[in-house]
Amino acid sequence: MSPPPALKGSKMKVRVSVSLKPGVLDPQGRAIQHSLEGLGFAGVRDVRAGRLIELDVADDVTDAALDDMCKQLLANMVIENYRIEKVAA
Amino acid sequence: MSFRAAVITFPGSNCDRDMADALEKVSGSAPLRVWHGDAELPERLDFIALPGGFSYGDYLRSGAMAARSPVMRAVIAAAASGVPVLGVCNGFQVLTEAGLLPGALMRNAGIRFVCRDVALVVENSQSLFTAGYEKGQRIALPVAHHDGNYFADDATLDRLEGEGRVAFRYAEALNGSARNIAGVLSESGNVLGMMPHPERAIEAAHGGSDGRALFASAIKSLVKA
Repeated sequence: MSPPPALKGSKMKVRVSVSLKPGVLDPQGRAIQHSLEGLGFAGVRDVRAGRLIELDVADDVTDAALDDMCKQLLANMVIENYRIEKVAA
Repeated sequence: MSFRAAVITFPGSNCDRDMADALEKVSGSAPLRVWHGDAELPERLDFIALPGGFSYGDYLRSGAMAARSPVMRAVIAAAASGVPVLGVCNGFQVLTEAGLLPGALMRNAGIRFVCRDVALVVENSQSLFTAGYEKGQRIALPVAHHDGNYFADDATLDRLEGEGRVAFRYAEALNGSARNIAGVLSESGNVLGMMPHPERAIEAAHGGSDGRALFASAIKSLVKA
């Protein structure tokens, strides 16, 4: 069985970290922080919950294309920031 | 003249039948039902409704996947040509994700899903959707949402207020929404997104009929035009 075309040749793994912009209230982070306090962990000043999206992409996918993926779908630019990190596949 | 409305159904929509029923009861014409995968809308539409629900299981973000589905390209084009578009609840989330309305709908500040009747204040009674209300009128509509916490930066909020684009406000804080905003209009006024459900309040059997005037206003504005 041959792999689908997108997976042919060399590939790379891309990690996109999506986080809420500073200043945007994060109710989930707040709830996690309260739970940590409830478990007896002291000293947690703030918790922000984000999202990690891992992509396996062909190595000819450009940085500009990755950036567009983030802007058009993976992050909502009204409330979120994103960070792209390439790791060896 | 019959009123040609379309209700869009995404996988996971669950208020599409209520929306279609409300449109039929108020207008006398059954709306067309359109599936999210359709690349084209029926011709000569008078009205498009994006219903509530959990389109695509709220994957990624509420409304995010639906906003990029094939039918939304046609909805965006129709909105640009002036066709009235109403998005309720998940429909409002889809409209913000699609860029038809500014801002975003985030997780309720209190974390919990809220499901109850709420008091709203009509802030704009000039739009085609709200002409049947009085400015400042208090109405009651049900809400049922987890992600209804409206967010936009201060400059955007000031612009919305200055241009009369806040259609409805919660009478009391409900979900953390900036300035208690419950519904917003597009710049040209033909797109309305709101978290409360007017289609669930159109006759006495629903426990209230304050939503009826919204559909009646839209229908009347089209008949006049």
